[in-house]
Amino acid sequence: MATHDAFREETCAWLEENCPASMRTPMAEDEVMWGGRKADPKNPDSKLWLDRMGAQGWTAPMWPKEYGGGGLNKEENKVLQEELGRIKARPPLFSFGLWMLGPVLLEYATEEQKQQFLPQIVRGEIRWCQGYSEPGAGSDLAGLQTRAIEDGDDYVINGQKVWTSYANYADWIFCLVRTDTSTKHEGISFILFDMETEGVTTKPIKLISGSSPFCETFFDDVRVPKSQMVGRLNGGWEIAKKLLQHERTNISSGGFGASASAGLEQLVKDHVGEEGGRIADPLMRDRVAKQKMTEHAFSLTVRRATEEAKAGGEVGAASSIFKYVGAEMNKSRYELLVEALGDQGLGWEGDGFNSDELNVTRQWLRSKANSIEGGTTEINLNVVAKRVLGLRDHQ
Amino acid sequence: MGLVLTEEQTLLRDSARDFIQDKSPVSAFRALRDAGNEDGYSKELWQGMAEMGWAGMLIPEEHGGLDFGFQGMGIVMEEAGRTLTASPLLASVVLGGSAIVLAGSDAQEKDILPKLATGEILLALAVDEGAHHAPERIMMSATRDGDGFVLNGEKTAVLDGHIADKVIVAARTSGTPSQPGVTPEGLTLFVVDGDAQGLTKTRRDMVDHRNSDTLTFDNVRVSADAVLGGVDEGGHLLNMVLDRGRVALAAEMLGSMSQVFQLTLDYLKERRQFGQLIGSFQSLQHRAAHMFSEIELSKSAVLAALTAIEEDKANASQLASLAKAVVNEAYHLISKEGVQMHGGIGMTDEHDIGFYLKRARVTEHALGSTKYHRARYADLSGY
Ligand SMILES: Cc1cc2nc3c(=O)[nH]c(=O)nc-3n(C[C@H](O)[C@H](O)[C@H](O)COP(=O)(O)OP(=O)(O)OC[C@H]3O[C@@H](n4cnc5c(N)ncnc54)[C@H](O)[C@@H]3O)c2cc1C
Repeated sequence: MATHDAFREETCAWLEENCPASMRTPMAEDEVMWGGRKADPKNPDSKLWLDRMGAQGWTAPMWPKEYGGGGLNKEENKVLQEELGRIKARPPLFSFGLWMLGPVLLEYATEEQKQQFLPQIVRGEIRWCQGYSEPGAGSDLAGLQTRAIEDGDDYVINGQKVWTSYANYADWIFCLVRTDTSTKHEGISFILFDMETEGVTTKPIKLISGSSPFCETFFDDVRVPKSQMVGRLNGGWEIAKKLLQHERTNISSGGFGASASAGLEQLVKDHVGEEGGRIADPLMRDRVAKQKMTEHAFSLTVRRATEEAKAGGEVGAASSIFKYVGAEMNKSRYELLVEALGDQGLGWEGDGFNSDELNVTRQWLRSKANSIEGGTTEINLNVVAKRVLGLRDHQ
Repeated sequence: MGLVLTEEQTLLRDSARDFIQDKSPVSAFRALRDAGNEDGYSKELWQGMAEMGWAGMLIPEEHGGLDFGFQGMGIVMEEAGRTLTASPLLASVVLGGSAIVLAGSDAQEKDILPKLATGEILLALAVDEGAHHAPERIMMSATRDGDGFVLNGEKTAVLDGHIADKVIVAARTSGTPSQPGVTPEGLTLFVVDGDAQGLTKTRRDMVDHRNSDTLTFDNVRVSADAVLGGVDEGGHLLNMVLDRGRVALAAEMLGSMSQVFQLTLDYLKERRQFGQLIGSFQSLQHRAAHMFSEIELSKSAVLAALTAIEEDKANASQLASLAKAVVNEAYHLISKEGVQMHGGIGMTDEHDIGFYLKRARVTEHALGSTKYHRARYADLSGY
């Protein structure tokens, strides 16, 4: 206990000294710091804050120190998160490297690979993208066809990925490739390469919300050293699935958690009216309460899973429920908001709508992806039915 | 416990489970119903439960109880719910007992708690006056009469009312009705003898074969020492007592819904049609996975509410409404889907699934429907 008090004191002092004032304010979507070689933050403090946190290893507080992480135990990390929360510090870094790739590198990579990649992730020097989906392989991801053929010390890669988030901004890609065409799952390998390698091109795709957060990604005779394969040849599927678990946990907890609870009731009050402190329309009020209750029960469930894991239980299966529940919950939240805003919730652009209203509309459209990205709702229900409930496929 | 059971609580759960599975399987409830039992519970089973210490779980040791705390109570309720055990646990131990423990005078405690702890006497709580739970709209009158009070009015949906040795009744001594999230003013609670003159108790045989009774008070005279807590100060006490009842009931319902789900899942893995196990049909798989996630959410809400009550947290009422509403909806869905997924056999009296469906609706309604608790949650959250 006493040691944590000391740690809290040190942490508090360090944050006081190192967290710039502008990094303690709410963050708009275009202010998110993704790091990487092409990072061009609007506010130079974003870079400063990332550099300082990265040097401490506190972008990845629980990763081992030898790979650039913070080396904190759970208790210390809890203290750190509490102190960050207390000063309302922005996350210094959003990163597929932190959320998805890092955890599987720690588990599967060679010592050299860990030394090479993990510290860069911690410091936000390299921005990663995820090369999984292909035009013919979405839910049935293991049907992927992008081919990697051995040639001396290299693999030569040909094929196409799609829906690759931020591929046009990314420095490196973690990619699933086919290294054996005679089997399905056992013919997949997990490989890393630089997006500037000759033969890689990206083409942004526009979303229904108007933004272009993802791309088609093409590989034309891309040469990648064999040393950049993670795990064994044809052993990529296991790693791919592990990574997806990390992704789903992230989409459901961090992804929707924070913004999800704030402001719903106020926005509804503002737009449908208020009577004696209550939302004036009883039907709307009932639906807001239902939504808030689901969010409340969901956050309690996330907390319970954490406590169970701490008490020695297994995680894993629970993450599939989180993805499903979290995604559907976030979507229903935005449906409710758009309905409450009426006409003002359906504007596209221009002076007829204020920025909060336009933001709701765009977020509503964006939220539709929650039940598609990282494995669809239907696929997640399949997983729960089969893996958790033990139901069988057709014979 | 927070959201995970401690070792001691796990032991309690295991012993509760063994006892219930052995002494009170669903077949015991079926036998009770078939016998047309008018008490709505088995005295022999209740004796056994009392010997396990369950009648005194919430009662301090100095009054002969175990003082095992509210989380322990929740664990027992959940296990009892699995097999649809009919017992005075909710009405007498949780609702009645909490009222006395929270507000009883020395004399009331001495008089009631030791006998309550051994299961020798039963209590009931009389609150509602219409077909819907609405404690803030109580109109039954208690008027001063010399040293005492005279009670007049009708109480409905009194759980285990007709078998109670003492009835705790909420009446209006002043003030006017309020809203669900606002503490009602002008209410007073009284402890009335079950055989008091002017009190008529009528059993109503519900679809779940439990007791949800009508009590008529016709000039029932009580002395000043029948007042529980303070005069006009019953609103806050009533809230606390009802929240305990709601959360304990939610725990029971969690046990029941987990069991219906298990029954249904077993059937999906056993019944064949079109040459396939029906559990291999994706439309049923997805609905089952959805139900599973509803149970997971319910479990968290119930555990958090039990803890909040045990630790007397400021948000206990909000969590009580959360737990009851979330569990109401989940049990509703799962009991309905359970019948559907059993096909024709699910419609037969012979199969247990129908018992769960019927019990589900009664418990959803008791101590506040989903709609009631959403409104209360919204009130308590400031919208
Ligand atoms: C915003 C966003 C970002 C993304 N980012 C990335 C990224 O960075 N990298 C990357 O690799 N991918 C990314 N994806 C792709 C995503 O993983 C896929 O879209 C997803 O796996 C679904 O594949 P699909 O689009 O081919 O749909 P399909 O698989 O064709 O699915 C179409 C419909 O059929 C249903 N369906 C399919 N199979 C079954 C089944 N067995 N049972 C029941 N229903 C079924 C699906 O649930 C869905 O409703 C992103 C997607 C989005 C929307």
